[in-house]
Amino acid sequence: MAAALTLNQSTIGKKAIMALTGIVLYGFVIVHMIGNLKIFEGPKGFNEYSHFLRVVGEPALPAGTILWVIRIVLIVALVLHVRAAIQLTRIDGAGRPIGYKKVKRKQASFASMTLRWGGAAIFFFVIYHILHFTTGAALPGFIEGEPYHNVITGFTTQVWAAPVYLVAVAALGTHLYHGVWSAMQTLGLNSPRTEKFFRALALASGVGLFAGFATVPVVILLGILK
Amino acid sequence: MKITVNVWRQKGASASGRLVKYQVDHVSPDMSFLEMLDILNQQLIAKNEEPVAFDHDCREGICGSCGVMINGLAHGGRLATTTCQLHMRSFKDGDEITVEPWRAKAFPVIKDLVVDRGAFDNIIRSGGYISAATGSAPDANSTPIAKENADLAFDAAQCIGCGACVAACPNASAMLFTAAKVAHLGLLPQGQPERKSRVMNMVATMDAAGFGGCTNIGECTAACPKEIGLHFIGRLNRDLLTATIAGGSAVE
Amino acid sequence: MTTETKPQVETRKPVEYTDARLNANVPAGPIEQKWSKHKFDMKLVNPANRRKHTIIVVGTGLAGGAAAATLGEQGYNVKAFCYQDSARRAHSIAAQGGINAAKNYRNDGDSVQRLFYDTIKGGDFRAREANVYRLAELSVNIIDQCVSQGVPFAREYSGYLDNRSFGGAQVSRTFYARGQTGQQLLLGAYAALSRQVAAGTVQLNERTEMLDIIIIDGRARGIVTRDMVTGEIESHLGDAVILATGGYSNVYYLSTNAMGCNVTAAWRAHKRGAFFANPCYTQIHPTCIPVSGDHQSKLTLMSESLRNDGRVWVPKMAGDSRSPDTIPEDERDYFLERRYPSYGNLAPRDIASRAAKMVCDNGLGVGPGGLGVYLDFSAAIKRLGEKTVRARYGNLFDMYERITGENPYKIPMRIYPAVHYTMGGLWVDYNLMSTIPGMFVGGEANFSDHGANRLGASALMQGLADGYFVLPSTIGNYVATGGYDPIDPAHPAVSEAVNAVKERIQKFLTINGTRSVDSFHRELGNIMWEYCGMSRTNEGLKKALTLLPALREQFWSDVRVLGSGNELNQELEKAGRVADFIELGELMVRDALERAESCGGHFREESQTDEGEALRNDDEYCYVAAWEHFGDPSSAILHREQLQFENIKLATRSYK
Ligand SMILES: Cc1cc2nc3c(=O)[nH]c(=O)nc-3n(C[C@H](O)[C@H](O)[C@H](O)COP(=O)(O)OP(=O)(O)OC[C@H]3O[C@@H](n4cnc5c(N)ncnc54)[C@H](O)[C@@H]3O)c2cc1C
Ligand code: HEM
Ligand code: HEM
Ligand code: SF4
Ligand code: F3S
Ligand code: FES
Repeated sequence: MAAALTLNQSTIGKKAIMALTGIVLYGFVIVHMIGNLKIFEGPKGFNEYSHFLRVVGEPALPAGTILWVIRIVLIVALVLHVRAAIQLTRIDGAGRPIGYKKVKRKQASFASMTLRWGGAAIFFFVIYHILHFTTGAALPGFIEGEPYHNVITGFTTQVWAAPVYLVAVAALGTHLYHGVWSAMQTLGLNSPRTEKFFRALALASGVGLFAGFATVPVVILLGILK
Repeated sequence: MKITVNVWRQKGASASGRLVKYQVDHVSPDMSFLEMLDILNQQLIAKNEEPVAFDHDCREGICGSCGVMINGLAHGGRLATTTCQLHMRSFKDGDEITVEPWRAKAFPVIKDLVVDRGAFDNIIRSGGYISAATGSAPDANSTPIAKENADLAFDAAQCIGCGACVAACPNASAMLFTAAKVAHLGLLPQGQPERKSRVMNMVATMDAAGFGGCTNIGECTAACPKEIGLHFIGRLNRDLLTATIAGGSAVE
Repeated sequence: MTTETKPQVETRKPVEYTDARLNANVPAGPIEQKWSKHKFDMKLVNPANRRKHTIIVVGTGLAGGAAAATLGEQGYNVKAFCYQDSARRAHSIAAQGGINAAKNYRNDGDSVQRLFYDTIKGGDFRAREANVYRLAELSVNIIDQCVSQGVPFAREYSGYLDNRSFGGAQVSRTFYARGQTGQQLLLGAYAALSRQVAAGTVQLNERTEMLDIIIIDGRARGIVTRDMVTGEIESHLGDAVILATGGYSNVYYLSTNAMGCNVTAAWRAHKRGAFFANPCYTQIHPTCIPVSGDHQSKLTLMSESLRNDGRVWVPKMAGDSRSPDTIPEDERDYFLERRYPSYGNLAPRDIASRAAKMVCDNGLGVGPGGLGVYLDFSAAIKRLGEKTVRARYGNLFDMYERITGENPYKIPMRIYPAVHYTMGGLWVDYNLMSTIPGMFVGGEANFSDHGANRLGASALMQGLADGYFVLPSTIGNYVATGGYDPIDPAHPAVSEAVNAVKERIQKFLTINGTRSVDSFHRELGNIMWEYCGMSRTNEGLKKALTLLPALREQFWSDVRVLGSGNELNQELEKAGRVADFIELGELMVRDALERAESCGGHFREESQTDEGEALRNDDEYCYVAAWEHFGDPSSAILHREQLQFENIKLATRSYK
C-alpha cells in the first residue's frame, strides 16, 4: 500500500498505474472480442455465453457474483486509468505553457499523439455502449438476456450505430497500438532485446482487436448474420 | 545564398516576444548555422540594432550550450547534430527559416533564444553522482567492469545536457536526460550503493521542476544529438519502480 | 648553425630586479620525497573550523571543478563561478584524446620517473622539475579517483582499463573514454561538485563572470563579478581565491577553444600584481579542419589519433589542381615521413605543425587559399579494409564530413594546424600560489607544468592533479597559517574594485563607435597569427609591437557596444574579453621577442639548425619569464626564474 501511494507521487509511478490498469482493460477487451465472435455460433451459442457469464460460480456463489467481481475490477481499473490519464494530461500540458509557432515531428506516431483523444473516445463509447447493449436504455426493442437479438437489432435498425462502433474500435486499436508497447516501456520491461517483440505485439494487438471487433457490425450490415 | 530568418526576439524574461523577419545575404554553404547568426548579428550591429542573443560555446557539439528550434525541429532535426554543427548546406538559397528558443515551463526564456536550463543541474544535484570522497579511491583496476556494461554506461554518459529532448518532447518531459544519467551511474558497480535513492530523488526533482511526463512518444531520442536510446527510459522506469516497491522514498 | 653562432637579435632590455616574490618555494629533499614531505610539513585546518573559511574558486573546468568539489568535501565554505550556464560546460568538456597516468597497467616499462622524464623533455626543458615530478606522481591517483566517481573509461574484454599510446611517448599510458575523455572527466568532477552544492558546502554561481580581484593588505581577499543575466556587479569576499579559468588561445581569434574562453580573469589578476609567465608559449595542433572562409568563427580539432593510420602529404608540384586521388604516388611528398623517418606521421605536435606550415609557405598547400595538407587514409583502407578504419575513426570521419561536406573515405581529408593550448599563464610557485599571496592558480591558467610544449593527454592530467590533490592541500596550509580577519564589505578596496569594473562597463557602452567587437577580435587574431604564430621573427614581432597599440587605441575609441549593462548583453561580455586580449597580445609579442631562442611551441626563425629544426639556447634562456605589470604591457617588467635541472640532464630534443 505504501508503495502504491508512493507510486502515485511521481509521474513515472502514475504512468505505471496507467500501464497496469491498461493491461487489465486490455485483457478484458481481448476476452470480450473473442466472446463477441461467438455470435457466429448463432443466437443460441451467443446467448448461452452471456447467460454463462451471469451464472458462473453457481451454486458455490450467488448468481452474478463473478460477473460483478469482474465488473468491479474493470470499473476500478478504468477509474484509476482515467484518473491518472487526466492528472498526467494536466501535468504534460503545463510542461509547455507557451508553444512553438512552428513545430514538426520526426518520430511521433499518429497513435502516440492521439492517445488522449482516443482514450476519451473510448470512455464515452463505453458509456453509450453499456446503455446500448447492457441496460438497453439506448436501444428500442432491447430484450434482457437476448444479446444476439439486441446486437442484430442495434446494428440493423440504428443506421448510425455501426459507424459509431467502427470509429470506437478504430480508436481502441490505435490506443493499443501505442499503448501496449508503451505499457511495457513504462513498466521497465522493455530493453533493446525485447524492443522488436513488444513493438510487434502492440501492432498485432491494435490490428487484431480492431479487426476482431469490427467484424461483427460489418457482417451484420452485409446481411451475413441476421 | 540568401536566407530569410524569422527569429524570436524577446528583450527579457518578463517581456513579451515575437518573431521578427530578417534577410541574411552572402550566406555560404560552408557556414555553420551559428555562423549565419553571427553574420546576421554583424548586420544588425551595423544598423545600430541589438544583436540576437543565443547560447553557444564550444561550437563542436560537445558542451551542450547551443540549441534552438529550427523550422520546428530541435537542433534543426539532422541526425546526431547539434545546432552549432548544422551547416548551411542543409538549406537552399531563398529558404525561410524559423528560429525559436526551447520551450518548456522548466526552461524559461532569458532573452531572445537564450533559456535557463538550471533545472537540469538541479536534477543532477539531487543524486546524479557517486559519493566518492577525494583521495579514498581504491586502485582503478581493483573492480573489473564487463566491457558490455562499461560501453552501455558510456552510451548513456554521452548526454551533453543540451535540453533538445525536452524541447522536442510534446510533453516537455525531461525523461531522456534523467534516464541517461541514472543509467550511466546505475550500470556501474560503483553506482550500486546509492542506486535506489538516486533514482527516487532525481525523478522527484525532475517532476518538481515542472517538466511534463513521458508518454513514450520518442521525439526526444530522434532529436538527441548524442542519440541517447529510448531503452534508457525503460531502464529508468524499471529502476524507479523497483526502488519504489522496495520501499524507497524520495527524501533519503 | 650551432650554439656558438648565436643569432644576432637586438632586444630591448627592460629593467629587472630579483624579487622575493619569485621564490618557487620548492621543498628541500630528494625529488621523490618532496611532495609527501611537504604534505606532512603543511599545516592543517581543524575540520570544525573549515566552514568559517570562504574559498573563492573561479572556473569549473577540470581544475576549478575538482578543486571546488574537494574543498567543499573537506568542509570549507566554497563559492564557485563560471561564465557558462552550467558548470558542466567548461571547456574541458571538449578534450577528446585522453589522459595520461603512470599506472603501468601494460607493464611496458612505464613509471612515474618515465612520465616525469617525458613531460620535461616534451616541454623542451622549460618546466620546473619539482612540479612536474609531483604531477607524474599524482597521475595514478587521478585515475583511481575518476573510476570511483563513475567515469566510464574504455575497457578491454577482460573488464580492465584499456590504454592507448599518444604522441611524444613510447609507452601506452593514455586512458580514454572513446573520443570524449574530457567530457567524461568533467562530468565526473561536475557530479562531485553537484554533490557538494546539494550538501550546501559549495555555492555555485553560473553565468557569472569575474571581472576583477580584490586585494587587501597585499593579499587576495575577493573578486568582483558581473551577473551576466541581470548585469549586477557584486563583490565576493573570502580567505583565498583560486583562478582556474583556462587558457587564452582565443587571443588568435581562431582557435580550437570554445568561443567564450578568455584571459580576463588572469589578466585582471595580472594587472593587480600577479606575474604572467611565458605568455608566448602557445601550442599549435597539427590536425585541425582548415579554415573554409572569412565567416569562420572557430576551428575544429580532429583527434591526433588520426595520425596513427593517416599519411600526411602534399603534391610535389605547386598549384597542382588535380583531384588528390589522381595524383600518382611519385608526385606526392610525404613530408613528415621524409623528414622524420623514425617518428614519421607521429612526430610531436609542434614539429608536425611547423612542417605543414613550411610546405604551405612554399606554395604546396592544398584547398582554399593553399592552407591545408592532405591526411590520406587510402593506404590504411587498402591495408585494413574500410570496416576497420570505420571502427577506429568512424565518428571523426562523420564529424569531418558534417563540417566540410566531403567524404574522407573517398578523398583525403584536408588538415591544417590551429592554435590549441597555451602553456603560458600566471606564474605560480610549488604551492600553485601566484605572486599575490592568497591567489592560487590551477589548470591551463597557470604556467606550471608543460614548459614550452605540452604533450598530448597531459593537460587533463594537470588540471585534475591541481584540482583534486594539490590545491586542496596547499590552500589548507595557507588558510591555517593565516588567521585573516574577515573583511568588511564596505572596505575601500572593495568599493574601489567594484567601481573600477562599473566604470569600465560604462566606458564600453558609451564609446558608441563604428566597429563591432568581433571586427577588432578578428584583426587582433590576424596580427597575432601572422607575427606571433607558428614561427616568429625579430622583424615580425617588432612590426606587431607597432600594430597592437594602435589597435588598442582604435578599440577604445571606435568600438560599438549596443544595449545596456543591466541585462544579458553578449556584446558587452565580448568587449571586455577582447580589450584584455589586445593587451595580452602585446605582452605575448614582447615575451616572444625577448626569448631569442626556439623552444617547444615557440619557434624563432633566427634560432634554427641547418635542417630547419628548432635550436634551443640553454645558456641564456633556461628560465621562466615572469612579467610584472606596470601601467600597460609596453612597460611590463621581466623577471626570471632560473630553471635548475638536477634530475634530468638537459639534452637536445630529437624525434628524427
Ligand atoms: C579541442 C581540445 C581538445 C583537447 N584535448 C585534450 C586531450 O585529449 N587531453 C588533454 O590532456 N588535454 C586536451 N586539451 C586541453 C585541455 O582540455 C585543457 O587544457 C583543460 O581542459 C583546461 O582545463 P581548465 O580547468 O584549466 O580550464 P577550462 O576547462 O577551460 O575551464 C575554465 C573555467 O573557467 C571559467 N571562466 C573563465 N573565465 C572566467 C571568468 N572571467 N569569470 C568566471 N569564470 C570564468 C569558465 O566558465 C570555465 O568554467 C584539449 C583542448 C582542446 C581545446
Ligand atoms: C463491435 C463491437 C462490440 C460488440 C458487438 C459488443 C457487444 C456487447 C454486448 C452484446 C454486450 C452485452 C453483453 C451482455 O450483456 O451479456 C456488451 C457489453 C459490454 N461491452 Fe461490448 N461490444 C463491442 C465492443 C466493445 C468495446 C470496444 C468495448 C470497450 C472498450 C466494450 C465494452 C463492453 C462493456 C464494458 C460491456 C459491459 C459488460 C458488463 O455487462 O459489465 N465493448 N458488449
Ligand atoms: C478499454 C479501455 C482502455 C484500454 C484497454 C486502455 C489501455 C491503455 C494502455 C495499455 C495504455 C498504456 C499505458 C502506458 O503507456 O504505460 C494506455 C495509456 C493511456 N490511456 Fe488508456 N486504455 C483504455 C481506456 C482509456 C480511456 C477511457 C482513457 C481516457 C480517458 C484512456 C487514456 C489513456 C491515456 C491518456 C494514456 C497515456 C498515458 C500515458 O502514457 O501517460 N485510456 N491505455
Ligand atoms: S538526452 Fe540528448 S537531447 Fe537530452 S540533454 Fe542529453 S544530449 Fe541533449
Ligand atoms: S518525446 Fe517525450 S513522451 Fe517520452 S519518449 Fe521522449 S520524453
Ligand atoms: S556550442 Fe557547444 S554543443 Fe553547440
